[in-house]
Amino acid sequence: MTADTLSPDTAPGAAGDSLGREAWRRLKQNRAAMASLLLLSIITLACVAGPWLTPWGLADVDWNAFNVAPTLEGGHWLGTDANGRDLLTRTLYGGRVSLSVALVATLVSLLIGVLYGAIAGYLGGRADNLMMRFVDIMYSLPFMFLVILLMVVFGRNILLIYAAIGAVEWLDMARIVRGQTLSLKRREFIEAAHALGVRDRTIVTRHLIPNAIGPVIVYVTLTVPKVILLESFLSFLGLGVQEPLTSWGVLISEGTDMMQTSPWMLLVPSVFLALTLFCLNFLGDGLRDALDPKTR
Amino acid sequence: MQEPLLEVDGLSVDFALPHGTVPAVKQVSFAIASGETLALVGESGSGKSVSSTAAIGLLPDLARTRGAIRFAGEDLLAATPRRLRRLRGNDISMIFQEPMTSLNPLHRIGRQIAEVLERHRGLKGDPARQRVLDLLDQVGIPEPARRIDSFPHELSGGQRQRVMIAMALACEPKLLIADEPTTALDVTVQAQILTLLQDLQRRYGMAILFITHDLGIVRHFADRVCVMRQGEVVETAETTALFAAPKHAYTRMLIDAEPHGRKPPVPADAPLLLEARDLRVRFPLKKRLFRPGSDFEAVRGIDLRVRRGQTVGIVGESGSGKSTLGRALLRLLDSRGDIRFDDTALAGLDSAGMRPLRSRMQVVFQDPFGSLSPRLTVGEIVGEGLRVHAPELGRRERDARVQEALNDVALDPAMRHRYPHEFSGGQRQRIAIARALVLKPEFLLLDEPTSALDRSVQATVIDLLRDLQHQYDLTYLFISHDLAVVRALADTVLVMKAGEVVEQGATETLFRAPREAYTRELMRAAFLEDTAA
Repeated sequence: MTADTLSPDTAPGAAGDSLGREAWRRLKQNRAAMASLLLLSIITLACVAGPWLTPWGLADVDWNAFNVAPTLEGGHWLGTDANGRDLLTRTLYGGRVSLSVALVATLVSLLIGVLYGAIAGYLGGRADNLMMRFVDIMYSLPFMFLVILLMVVFGRNILLIYAAIGAVEWLDMARIVRGQTLSLKRREFIEAAHALGVRDRTIVTRHLIPNAIGPVIVYVTLTVPKVILLESFLSFLGLGVQEPLTSWGVLISEGTDMMQTSPWMLLVPSVFLALTLFCLNFLGDGLRDALDPKTR
Repeated sequence: MQEPLLEVDGLSVDFALPHGTVPAVKQVSFAIASGETLALVGESGSGKSVSSTAAIGLLPDLARTRGAIRFAGEDLLAATPRRLRRLRGNDISMIFQEPMTSLNPLHRIGRQIAEVLERHRGLKGDPARQRVLDLLDQVGIPEPARRIDSFPHELSGGQRQRVMIAMALACEPKLLIADEPTTALDVTVQAQILTLLQDLQRRYGMAILFITHDLGIVRHFADRVCVMRQGEVVETAETTALFAAPKHAYTRMLIDAEPHGRKPPVPADAPLLLEARDLRVRFPLKKRLFRPGSDFEAVRGIDLRVRRGQTVGIVGESGSGKSTLGRALLRLLDSRGDIRFDDTALAGLDSAGMRPLRSRMQVVFQDPFGSLSPRLTVGEIVGEGLRVHAPELGRRERDARVQEALNDVALDPAMRHRYPHEFSGGQRQRIAIARALVLKPEFLLLDEPTSALDRSVQATVIDLLRDLQHQYDLTYLFISHDLAVVRALADTVLVMKAGEVVEQGATETLFRAPREAYTRELMRAAFLEDTAA
């Protein structure tokens, strides 16, 4: 009992915090993550509430201002596009689409992918084989074919974009989580849980998934930009959102055409997108560290 | 003493970490002459490995060194990286603890040894191959001509360590630094490797700096001993003098930390708690295309009877099937044959059927780092079994039971809100014991519970297990490769080899007069000849 006892000091975490509260406390110490969270909230809030506050509507044409550069006069703070529509308003509307696609598709991929991967890895053997072959089949379906198929069957609908992107993105997640699970399930703490008679379901949710969370969060922060870009790709092909509705991806691709004459049309939506992605990356890193009890 | 070959003089090593510097080694001095063996002894964290890696300039970049390390008069701390590279592998070489990971798995062993020769001696082609064969022969690899083209995974642990030694000896170094070279090996293999090192030392007249935590090895192997604790040298002496009359209290404590005491026997008519008959465990080997899968039988028909209150020890080398047997008895693995636990037949029970019994038979694993989920607090880990077996308990009651269990294993219950990584190895093992105890089991499977711990910590855990057995009338099945520990704890012992029981009997009888040759060999290796104790 010499070096084998820790002094019962009241270090942080000694007060009976749950992992969530503890993680939040540690996240708060991470300045980059907190700044990102703040900025992300501002952008989100602006996208949700902003369109009501600007004097212009999504499709309102200002007949006095075509292709106007950002200016404080005339109320077009971030300029207008070639059709005289207010760029700030359009960017905020576009943010609604892009952010919601990102949120929904990522959540779907997170939910299905993590559960599917963890279950496949945990069951192992034939079940794992079958489940992963199904993933391989899904992989081999051409994405565009899937989207067009959905369009034909259900008609054009923004929900279909969510569904199509979600249906593809969870595959990667499932693979990552399965790999993590395979290495985790041999660990002795899983065996100890078996020896305690813990149910399989509880082992997956309480022991496997929390321990696989690090790579999952990193992957989520990579998924969000991918999803936003996928949506703009679909919209570019005319399979996504339709005029006058828009999204960041669409605005950027329109802006690229006008880059020579009206650079603000490219810059404005790009800055919004880039800021969001930066924030997500910092926040993701912060979350990963905060959720890992080892980084104190 | 003659002119020292390596002289470490007032060496201090600090690690510059983001939140401040941490001293790892403080003012350490020692010296080795040619042909001499100096043992650097200490528990984990004592700075023994850091001191030796400093000598060959392999410390991480964060390290700040002061003092001097002189090798044949040359200050190594002041030497350029280029000069150090010339010395390493040539005049000074090193063997490491983990023979599994210190060889590159993608290259044939012959090539890996030849690389050293090419680097330092410029030997290539046939002469190099000849020299490699010669070296493999010297380190006792059978059929070197065939083995030279093997990959590391084709060799056993002991053979890999021999290959490492061959690599270290390739250039006939003047100094060999051996960092726990036998810790990862079985006792019989350990004895062979030590003998080999001694032979080679005699032949080449090299000095050996031997780093270890095992005083048993030191006693038979070293000329002089340097005992380290928390970065400082507490005592340096000739081996015989040190063991005869240790001056420092810490040295005394280390020497006394060898497990002692014997277990009082249980009455012969104590009821049977666990019984296994003709237990067999098979592992299917990987199937290949066009070839039917075959089986590997890890446990081959074992009979076992454990009476209430007994401790049954199972000893054997790695691969003997002792851990597999333990897991099969708890139905963590599928097996054939009968298992009865207190009048209930376990064979054929599914996981739901086993669940009520799980609270009565519990397990503590070897690795205190792997057996606790890093994402749960200690309280959650210990309380997990209660969620399963006593779901009627409220939060508060469960917490009370957790605190009680932590008290039982002599941990401060206030620490239950912390995470496992904040605890030392010994404390983690206590947490693992608490997790098992919180269910008030009757039977506890202890799978090498002390093997990953330092000797002094080991002793406290053994005392704890003994007290708990007495207090709660527990029955233990104690699996270990450490004969000294088993002798101190067990009523009866089973010796296993290749899935079969070689010998079994009452502990003292078996240790005093082993009948089988294998048992005798095991003991000779474990106690390094002095079984007289």
